[in-house]
Amino acid sequence: MAKTFKGGVHPGHFKSATAGKPIADANPPARVAVLMQQHIGAPCEPLVEVGDAVKVGQKVGDSQAFVSVPAHSSVSGKVVELRDYPHPVGRPARAVVIESDGQDTWHESVKANPPLEELSGDDIKKIIREAGIAGMGGATFPTHVKLSPPPEKPIDTVIINGSECEPFLTADHRLMLERPEAVVFGLKALMKVLGVEKGYIGVEDNKPDCVEALKKAAEGEPVEVKSFHTKYPQGAEKQLIYAFNGREVPSGGLPMDVGTVVQNAGTAVAIADAVRKGVPLLERIVTVTGPGVEAPANLRVKIGTMVSEVIAQCGGLKENARKVILGGPMMGLAQNTTEMPVIKGTSGILVLTDKEVHIHEIQPCIRCGRCVEVCPVSIMPLVIGSATEKGYPDKAEAYHAVDCIECGCCSYICPAKRPLTQWIRLSKGEILAKAKKK
Amino acid sequence: MEKKLVVSSSPHLRAPETIQSIMFDVLTALFPAALAGVLLFGYSALITILLATFTAMLTEALVLRTRNIIGDGSAAVTGLLLALTLPPAPPWWLVVFGSVVAILIGKHVFGGLGSNLFNPALVGRAVLTVSWAGHMTAWAAPLDGVSAATPLAGGSASMLEMFTGTIPGSIGETSAAALLLGALWLFYKGLISWHIPVSYIATVFVMGAIQAGAGFAGPAEMLSQGLFHVLAGGLLLAAFFMATDMVTSPVTREGQVIFGAGIGIITMAIRFYGGYPEGVTFAILLMNGATPLIDNLTVPTKFGEVKA
Ligand code: SF4
Ligand code: SF4
Repeated sequence: MAKTFKGGVHPGHFKSATAGKPIADANPPARVAVLMQQHIGAPCEPLVEVGDAVKVGQKVGDSQAFVSVPAHSSVSGKVVELRDYPHPVGRPARAVVIESDGQDTWHESVKANPPLEELSGDDIKKIIREAGIAGMGGATFPTHVKLSPPPEKPIDTVIINGSECEPFLTADHRLMLERPEAVVFGLKALMKVLGVEKGYIGVEDNKPDCVEALKKAAEGEPVEVKSFHTKYPQGAEKQLIYAFNGREVPSGGLPMDVGTVVQNAGTAVAIADAVRKGVPLLERIVTVTGPGVEAPANLRVKIGTMVSEVIAQCGGLKENARKVILGGPMMGLAQNTTEMPVIKGTSGILVLTDKEVHIHEIQPCIRCGRCVEVCPVSIMPLVIGSATEKGYPDKAEAYHAVDCIECGCCSYICPAKRPLTQWIRLSKGEILAKAKKK
Repeated sequence: MEKKLVVSSSPHLRAPETIQSIMFDVLTALFPAALAGVLLFGYSALITILLATFTAMLTEALVLRTRNIIGDGSAAVTGLLLALTLPPAPPWWLVVFGSVVAILIGKHVFGGLGSNLFNPALVGRAVLTVSWAGHMTAWAAPLDGVSAATPLAGGSASMLEMFTGTIPGSIGETSAAALLLGALWLFYKGLISWHIPVSYIATVFVMGAIQAGAGFAGPAEMLSQGLFHVLAGGLLLAAFFMATDMVTSPVTREGQVIFGAGIGIITMAIRFYGGYPEGVTFAILLMNGATPLIDNLTVPTKFGEVKA
C-alpha cells in the first residue's frame, strides 16, 4: 500500500486540462512589478531608484534580516516607479516597477559557479540566499533559513516534495517531467549543505510519469524516489514527513525538530539553476487553469508580470468567470483584482465560473463528525468553528486552533457548508496575536 | 469584468454532500423497512407512516415559520422513524401527538437541528410509551391482524420469522432483512460507520449469550439466545437508524464505540431486569444524554502531541 497520513480528502484531480501541456514561455512582459515582499520574513528595501537602468538578474531589493531573501529584476530596462501594488497574499506592498527594453541583457553578477564538488556547504547556502530562493510551493519561506538548523538539531533526511496535492495545479508535475535531472541536482545540492548522505523525492501516485522520469534521472545517485497515495493534503510538510518516516513534527515545532528538511520540487529546480548557472530566481512555472480560462496552460512566467497579462495570454477570462484564485482551490486566495504581480509563490492562477462559485448558506452543525475524521492534525473543527462563531476564544484555544494547518479539508467536507477553516483561521490569528503581545 | 469577481475564503471547492442530501439518503434507507411494515401490517401501517411523517414536517415548518414544508428533510426523517417504532394500528391522535412532541420537545426546545441532545423520534416514542402503555403495546400478528405477543414479551417466533419480519412488533422493526438492506445503503453512502452498530449489536449478542450460559445452557443455546436478543424488538432498527443519528451520538470513532457498547449494556439491563420488555428506547436516550461527556473524554490526540 502506498504511504500516507491520517485524515485528508479526495476533492478530485481536475488536472487533465493542463497535465499534458508542456511548459511554454509566457510572452515577455513590457513592464514588471517586483514586489519587495515575496517571502515570509522581513521585507526588502529597494536598492534602486527611479530612473536607474537595471539588467536581468540584478538585485533590486534586499534586507539585512536573516529571515529574508533578495528580489531581482526579471527583465533589463529602466526603473520607472516605486509604488505599492496589490499583493497576492497580503496587504498592498512596495514594488519596483521596471520597464523592459526587450533586450534581456544579463547582469554581470550572473555567472556560472564552480562544479558542486568544489563548493562547500556554506558556499551553496550563500548562493541559494543570494539567488533569492524561497519555498515555491506557495509558503515562500526563505530556503536558506531551513538549511541553517542549530547544531543540536542534526538533519538526517532531505525530502523533495513533488506531491502537488492541490487539485488543478500541474506546474510541479510538468517541471518534474521536463527537468527531472534539475530536481535531482537541486536535491544533491541540498544534501551537501546539510551533510546528508541520502535524499528522497516524494510524488503522489497520480503522476506515474514523473515517478518514472525522476527514477531515471536518479539512477546512480544517492537519491530515492517514493510514490505516495494521492490524497489531499499529501504535500503538507508535516503530513509528508509523517507518511515518509513516521516522524511526527511536534505541535508548534519545525520539520528540523525531527531531523528532516522538506523542499518543494520547484525550489529544487531553482536551486539547481542558481548553483550551476548562477541564475537567481527570476521566473516560475504557473499553471493557468480552471473552467473560466479559455486556453489553460503551464507557463514559464517572469516574476513581476501582471496576473491579468498572463490570463490574457491564455485567451482571457470567459464571460462567466467569477473567481480568480492565486494558488490551488483548497488553499489559494481569491483575489478582487488581476492587476497584481506574479510572485515567487504563485503556483497557479485558477479561474472558476458561475457554475463552481456558490454562495453557501451556513447551516447548523449536525455533528456528523466528518470534519474530525478528515482533519490531518486531529483537532476538532466543529468545536473550534462553533466557538469562533459564538465568540468563545478560550474554547477555540483549548481545542488547539493554533495547530490548524489551514488545509481546508474540514470546510470542504462539511455537509452543513460551515466555513470551518475560515473560522479557525480567524481564531488562530487572534490567539497568535494575543500570544505575541504577552 | 473586474467588478464581479467574488472573493471568499478558501477552500474554493466543496464536497457535493449537503444536509438535505444526507436526509434524503436516510429516507431512502428507511424505505425497505417502511415497505415491509406496510406489506406485513397493512393499510393502518401505511396511514400511520404517512400521518406521522406529515405531522412532523408540518410542525417543523410551523416552528420555523416557513412555507417550505420539506425544508432540510430532517423532520421527515424524525416522523418516519417515529412511525416505524409504533404498533401497527395506533389511534390517529396518538400518532399526531407523538410526532408533535418529537419535533417540539425533542428538537426545537433544544434549539433545533443539530442542537438537540436526545434523538427526537425516541423522545416522541418515550413520551407515548410512558403515557399510553396500553396503546403502545397493542401488538398484532402480521398478515392476519390477530392480537399477539411479541417475542420479547414471551411470544414464540423462529429465527427465520424474525429475519423476514413475520412476527408481531412495531411497524418498521420486525423485518431484519429490510433493515439490513437499508443499513447497507447507509454504509454504501458513507452515512454510518461500523462503530456504533457493531459495538451495540456485539454487546447485546455477548450479553444475551452470557445470560444463557449462566443458566447452564450449552454453546448452541448460548448462540441462539445471543442472536435472539439481536433480532428481537426494535434492536436492529435502533442500531442502524437511531443510535447512529449524527446529532445525538459522539463525533469521534472511539466515542462511538463507547456509546454503542453503553447502549448495549443498558438495553440488556432493561430487558433482563427492567419493567419494560423492550429497553432500546431508554437505553439510547440515556446514552444520548451521556454524549457530551463521551465527546469530552474522547477528544483526539492532536498531531504532534506526543514524542517531542
Ligand atoms: S462536518 Fe460540519 S456538520 Fe459535520 S460535524 Fe463538522 S461542522 Fe458539524
Ligand atoms: S482544522 Fe485546520 S488542519 Fe484541520 S481540517 Fe480544518 S483546516 Fe485542515
